[in-house]
Amino acid sequence: MTDDLSQRLSVDLEAAFPDVVAAYQHAVFTTALRMSGQPEDAADMAAEAFLRAYIALRGYSPDRIVQLQLRPWLLTIVLNLLRNEARAASRRPAQLRLESSAPLDDGREGPEEQAQRHDGQARLGDLLTELAAPQRTAVVLRHVVGLPYVELAAVMGCPEGTAKSHVARGLQRLRAMIPEETR
Amino acid sequence: MSVLPTDDDALTEELARLTAPAPSHLADAVFARWVEVDGPVGALYVAFTDRGINYVCPTRWVGDDPDRFLDHYRSRFGRPLRRTTRAPAGLAGALRAGRGTGMRYDLRSVGEFDRAVLAKTLEIPAGEVRPYAWIAREIGHPAAVRAAGSALGRNPVPILIPCHRVVRSDGTTGNYAFGPQIKVDLLRAEQANLEETRALGRRGVHYLASDTTRVFCYPSCTHARRITATHRVELANAAAATRAGYRACRHCRPG
Repeated sequence: MTDDLSQRLSVDLEAAFPDVVAAYQHAVFTTALRMSGQPEDAADMAAEAFLRAYIALRGYSPDRIVQLQLRPWLLTIVLNLLRNEARAASRRPAQLRLESSAPLDDGREGPEEQAQRHDGQARLGDLLTELAAPQRTAVVLRHVVGLPYVELAAVMGCPEGTAKSHVARGLQRLRAMIPEETR
Repeated sequence: MSVLPTDDDALTEELARLTAPAPSHLADAVFARWVEVDGPVGALYVAFTDRGINYVCPTRWVGDDPDRFLDHYRSRFGRPLRRTTRAPAGLAGALRAGRGTGMRYDLRSVGEFDRAVLAKTLEIPAGEVRPYAWIAREIGHPAAVRAAGSALGRNPVPILIPCHRVVRSDGTTGNYAFGPQIKVDLLRAEQANLEETRALGRRGVHYLASDTTRVFCYPSCTHARRITATHRVELANAAAATRAGYRACRHCRPG
């Protein structure tokens, strides 16, 4: 599907770009949300990433567009935006952070379990933001977004083996954080 | 008590549940929409984002070719566009009345000075004109007359933000991004007294006053146009008007 989309994008950017947004908006949004931990900004950040991508694509030759691995490329853009945003935010006075997370309804849980799960997810989402940057990136992209290691390595700009150890260390760190958090 | 797991499989399962569907407004924040609508002097292409209208172009300016309009838009704003049949609420009425004040505009691409110029221009009523110097003075930069003119030349939402109502101090209509003829056509369509203003200007008359109310106006002001011939006083400049004991009209604020 990816290859086909890159192909169509290289032939007619305007016609294919809506399909790029449709295909990858959940991955880009989830990355923005889970990397930043800020639900109120995640949609803006994801939209901005797609606009940056669009402007870049307008300047690329068809040959270059065909070669693009769209998903890791888009995720790299949103991660760069988040990094720049974090840098800018560190120069601004601290803002109050709201804790919230969209509940997922699988239709089987009672309201109490849902509330508990919602609470657990919000907590897990917050724990993720406490991981060091490479581990957070690795865990979010591998286990939340569901990226294969080859794409994770492309996004992180490192060999697959290194990407794997970032994931492993990130999970280990998360596990270590959980018991104290839940007492 | 807690649902947070500590074993690996359960942990990765919980992590997978943190996937969040993109909200529906995400795509609206990426794609602008565009429509073709009837304008005062021919059809218009109008583009708008989730925040408001951000581009207006007379169809005849691009040879009635929407692709040329779309190209202009994409290179100017770096944003993809989708066609829609639903114009922003109130657009037809705003165009008919020549009153763009109630519409929402997305002026993120516009700098602070230009934005002040455009906001001021939005106040000029249909059928009236103001000199470039008026805009500059009203926004607190009286010396920036030329800069105000440049800002108006870059107006991304002409007609709705009526930069065609800003003219030269000598009474001539001056330049327009889409050519001087469209500017004249627009002003005629809203019954501005162009010919009279121009004729007065040729005789060095730039203000009109009433000797009963003792108020002076720009010649296109709705109050100036109500002064009967017998009470009408012609004036060359605001200083002379003030010296003669006239006060500036509060509607058109001549200076």
